[in-house]
Amino acid sequence: MITATNLSKIYGGTKVLNIDHLDIPTGESFGLVGNNGAGKTTFFSLLLDLIQPTTGNIFNHEITVSQSEDWKPFTSSFIDESFLIGYLTPEEYFYFVGELRGANKADIDSFLANFEDFFHGEILGRRKYLRDLSKGNQKKVGIVAALIGSPKVVILDEPFANLDPTTQIRLKKIIKELTENRETTLLISSHDLIHVTEVCERIVVLDKGEPIKDIKTSQATLSELERYFSGEIEATQAEELS
Amino acid sequence: MFQRFLWLEWKSFFRSASLGKSIGLKILLIFLALYFSVAFLALGIGLYPLLQEYFPNQDPLQLVNRFVLLWLVFELGFRFFLQTLPVLDIKPLLNLPIARRKAVNFVLSKSIYSFFNFLPLFIIIPFGIFCIFKAEYGTWNLIGWMLAMIAITQCVNFLNFIIKKKFTDDLKALIPVILTVVVLAALEYFKIFEISFWFGKMLDFLVLNPYLAVIPIILTVVLFKWNQYNLESKFYLDAGLKEKQKDADTRDFGWTKKFGALAPFLQQDIKLIWRNKRPKTTIYMSFILLGYGMFFYPNEAYQQFEAFYVFVGIFMTGIFMINFGQFVPSWDASYYPLIMSQNIPVKDYLSSKALLLSFSVIILAILTTPYIYFGWNILLINMVAALYNIGVNVPVLLYAGSFNKKKIDLDKSPFMNYQGTGAAQWLVSIPLMVVPVLIFWLLEFFIGFEAAVIGLASLGVLGLLLRANLMEYISGIYRKRKYVMINGFKQTGE
Repeated sequence: MITATNLSKIYGGTKVLNIDHLDIPTGESFGLVGNNGAGKTTFFSLLLDLIQPTTGNIFNHEITVSQSEDWKPFTSSFIDESFLIGYLTPEEYFYFVGELRGANKADIDSFLANFEDFFHGEILGRRKYLRDLSKGNQKKVGIVAALIGSPKVVILDEPFANLDPTTQIRLKKIIKELTENRETTLLISSHDLIHVTEVCERIVVLDKGEPIKDIKTSQATLSELERYFSGEIEATQAEELS
Repeated sequence: MFQRFLWLEWKSFFRSASLGKSIGLKILLIFLALYFSVAFLALGIGLYPLLQEYFPNQDPLQLVNRFVLLWLVFELGFRFFLQTLPVLDIKPLLNLPIARRKAVNFVLSKSIYSFFNFLPLFIIIPFGIFCIFKAEYGTWNLIGWMLAMIAITQCVNFLNFIIKKKFTDDLKALIPVILTVVVLAALEYFKIFEISFWFGKMLDFLVLNPYLAVIPIILTVVLFKWNQYNLESKFYLDAGLKEKQKDADTRDFGWTKKFGALAPFLQQDIKLIWRNKRPKTTIYMSFILLGYGMFFYPNEAYQQFEAFYVFVGIFMTGIFMINFGQFVPSWDASYYPLIMSQNIPVKDYLSSKALLLSFSVIILAILTTPYIYFGWNILLINMVAALYNIGVNVPVLLYAGSFNKKKIDLDKSPFMNYQGTGAAQWLVSIPLMVVPVLIFWLLEFFIGFEAAVIGLASLGVLGLLLRANLMEYISGIYRKRKYVMINGFKQTGE
């Protein structure tokens, strides 16, 4: 269970995030959508205690993230390339993360065997450093590393961006399997409405830091979201005209 | 176009994450610069009368000419360690309509105005003027000489540029240069071929035929062009990649397993050092600087002042600690958010750094043991200095590290990456060396050698005993400064 109360972040007088109350129950697959600057990454960074909230708190399984480090053992994430260590090979990186999460080499090897499809032969055994991989392949490594050691909370920022279509489909399958047993809470953000409606059971729309919509995903969700975002375009056009 | 580049640099300096530190260091550097300017000016004015007084039978100008080559070699050495070469981040410029040559010329012309080029002028010009009025040379002859000397200074500047560039790209490329210097020095020493004498003769000839000053000027232009060519050929995104086709090194340093909970971090740091050019260079430097003692121990004069040996000891056993430690945690800057959100307690992270630094001190201390040849007191002082480094300087450096918020870019080697290879780097390390020297000196002066040794050693032991508490305290500061660091490390470029 993740709870945000009275949470806000202000940069130089501008409120970039303002959430009165948000509950994410354990086992939910939670999607965050919104335009650039809507506050998606800010929310994730606050949840990971990478930035400090201006007001309010986030509780990750009853632990106040900005006051204790105890949430770290069961929370894992991949936000951007700054979560990768460029001078390691993918294997070494997986082993390193594994050691931090109490998994030994053999555990990791059998864990990685599940992702052979996903890696498409481009990651393992290539004797290349992470910094020399393409952006898409780096992303694959980061996402898989975030799943090591069966974390209770997984946070992925824009996991679909930069991936090729085949990998996107495989990733959706992985995510669905991950949340099947309802033990792992998954938080993802995306610009891609189709993907997010496919894998998330609940979607929150952020606009300028405010949660505007909170939708239980159903057949109608995709068209509702599309209407919302194109409506926004019409609204701004109307403003410009007037 | 140059104006625009200057404008960019102005912004990057004042908007940098470490503005306060930069300004502080700049002020300190300005004072040092003033000091050296005055010292050189005094030497420049006093040189002619002094030479006349001590060598009345010889012509001062010819005497000076004989030592020019020696001075140039020293100057090159000094520049190599102290002069920071101008840096320009080319990546954002590549797709803009800016001619390659313009950007390269900007970098090169900026180096012409380096303080190191002005310093010799303080000697050349007053001495030249003295010669015009006192000696029996014509005015034009000495103007030719002065021009030639100024041009030679610029030659050294551009030569340093080339050598430094080669050195950071590939250490082995430097071997022929060093070998040449050593061979020439040996020939000179054994009076087989006295190159400085012949170089002096050439300068004497130049004084008699001042129009020959065009030769060093042409040489400057040639070196400028060479640099231009060198840099232009590197003006591509993948310039650093070409040789990287080799297979990745996958040694796993399994022996680190013995260190239990710290093992993964330690392994990490060793890979960090081994696989990246910047930190790897600090290792080579540490071994080279082990020879530092040879400058002091054979000289009887220093035996009277043992406190100075403490300085040498701290320096030799702690050189890696200083060079690597002062950039903790900037080495991990490019993945600092990972370190902060992964299952890593800050204390473990810092303890592994402390362990690594302490190891380096122990290894270097063992390597200094042959200096016992120069006396048992030297060995004793070195060991005590090592103890002090481990006990006191390691925590001090880690504490200082909490103020670091400037990224060290390991992955991309920008156009010219010399962050922290200039004078500033050495200034930061002064307190680390001066404090123990002072303590030792005071204790030795008022009580005696044994008391001084025991005093310094007990400080080191005290630091070790308090290590756990100190690390707790320091990790508290790191936790507090975490957000500032993450934000600062996000900044790219200078």
